[in-house]
Amino acid sequence: MSQPPPPGDRPLFDAMTEWLRAEGDCADVVMSSRVRLARNLAGHPFCTRSARRDRLLTLEACRDCVLRAGLADRFVWCDVHDASPLERMMLVERHLISKQLSKGRTLIHGGGEDPRGVAIALPDERLSIMVNEEDHLRIQVIRSGLALGAAWRQIDEVDDRIEAGVDYAFSPRFGYLTACPTNVGTGLRMSVMLHLPGLRLMRELEKVKRAAADMGLAVRGFYGEGSDAVGDFFQLSNQTTLGRSEAQILADMEQKVVPPIVEYERRSRRDLLQSRRVGLEDQIMRAWGMLCNARLLATEEAMQALSLVRLGVLLSIIQDRTGRALDVRLVNQLTLLVQSAHLQRAVGRELDQEQRKVARATFIRTRLAAIAGA
Amino acid sequence: MSTKCDRCDNEATVHEVSVRNGVKVERHLCESCAAQQGLDASVSGSAVVANLVKSLMTQQTGATQGRLPACRTCRMTFADFKQQGMLGCPDCYRSFEAFLGPLIERAQEGGVAHAGKTPARLLSGAPVGSTPMPRPADPAPAPPPGPSREEQIRELRRQLSKAVAAEQYEAAARLRDAIQSLSQGHGEDAA
Ligand SMILES: [Zn+2]
Ligand SMILES: [Zn+2]
Repeated sequence: MSQPPPPGDRPLFDAMTEWLRAEGDCADVVMSSRVRLARNLAGHPFCTRSARRDRLLTLEACRDCVLRAGLADRFVWCDVHDASPLERMMLVERHLISKQLSKGRTLIHGGGEDPRGVAIALPDERLSIMVNEEDHLRIQVIRSGLALGAAWRQIDEVDDRIEAGVDYAFSPRFGYLTACPTNVGTGLRMSVMLHLPGLRLMRELEKVKRAAADMGLAVRGFYGEGSDAVGDFFQLSNQTTLGRSEAQILADMEQKVVPPIVEYERRSRRDLLQSRRVGLEDQIMRAWGMLCNARLLATEEAMQALSLVRLGVLLSIIQDRTGRALDVRLVNQLTLLVQSAHLQRAVGRELDQEQRKVARATFIRTRLAAIAGA
Repeated sequence: MSTKCDRCDNEATVHEVSVRNGVKVERHLCESCAAQQGLDASVSGSAVVANLVKSLMTQQTGATQGRLPACRTCRMTFADFKQQGMLGCPDCYRSFEAFLGPLIERAQEGGVAHAGKTPARLLSGAPVGSTPMPRPADPAPAPPPGPSREEQIRELRRQLSKAVAAEQYEAAARLRDAIQSLSQGHGEDAA
């Protein structure tokens, strides 16, 4: 097993993550596109029922295969079971591993933590591969903006290359076999992270959520399964994986599902500007004022304000001291940097909840003062 | 092949197979009748599995459940699965196929068969997915099959997915036949 580098020394955490770049199609509404494939090795029990020895085997097999497949110029491998709690939390906050992988399973064990890990392609963190999560392999490609097609093409190739070195569990009837029978077939989940402040302010959000549910889509929060929607950020993804090809799932998401929602959000923003401009400006400037001046900030509070500020930047309501538009990437970055683990790493020590509130407020205030002349 | 709902004239979209006192019982319902019967198809995630399994099992006596054979490979029983919502190994899909088929179909909004990508190795003849569980210390990857055939099939696969994406179904059918005949005589499991 590779030794985990000392915390704080990882080049990983200094990289600009792909999903904050604010580039690509519809980046005003679509923060990022994510594609995930669930795969398992033939001839091995699923992680849900394997003994520690089996898990070590699949971990080794998957890691070797992934690292040898020539998938990226630079890969960092992290043994999650050896990582510190702070490192694990940072990986979750960067959307590189799931909460489940950070915690590990307690169902079956042979003493100690379940062997599990993640391979992350540097420098952009576009590609990451979790090993021994619910399935042996969970491959993920993430792109800024609406770019499901590009993400699919990349992950399809990655999948082919990995498959050249291992046998996947597959059945002609059920497709790729997964630990949970609801993921069989393509094992493909396509998601987009949407920023929908306009729809919330126009009270149209519930309508959109209902329509999405009617189309068989899942709506989740900022950190996926079981997480709350914070700051008007929502993750929308397909649930059906059997009976439809990857191309069909892609076409549905990228052509049928996402564009109308993007249009709806944009229209809401325009309507707000036209019919409720003062009210909108007031809300945005209050959020801005709070971020520039508060002394204590909880995560949700900060995220909610950052959401409004992001809207304000996109609508040119907030400007810097020279009257120029702010870079929306700064706001995007803050949504990551104010999360607990990233904050503690920035400060360089562990903080309790009250101390985090102080640190969060200070961090945001300093960042904004530097550019905004607030 | 569409089936009519057991209780009305609509098309059945919810199918259920269960065993009662050793007799197979099938139910086919439309969405609204299924909802009336308490078979809600719109719950998500592992809740789906739990609900589906519950409704599949309620009609069975404990004795019948006990008699369901465990998966020969990993020894998981259907009762284990019912409790955990997760399967034990790839072979569980065969061991419990009769129960999983309808369950998956309901969780997948009627999707019954895989329509996506197929591993190139399987197309090229390696017996994928049916390998008996090898005991450890055998991580050496199987040598890749003959490159020319594999490459041919890979190329055909790419053309096939393009054809499907472009909705050129006749071309797709021809490509599928070509792939099949290329890989025939190799993997017994590739059918
Ligand atoms: Zn009916
Ligand atoms: Zn099994």
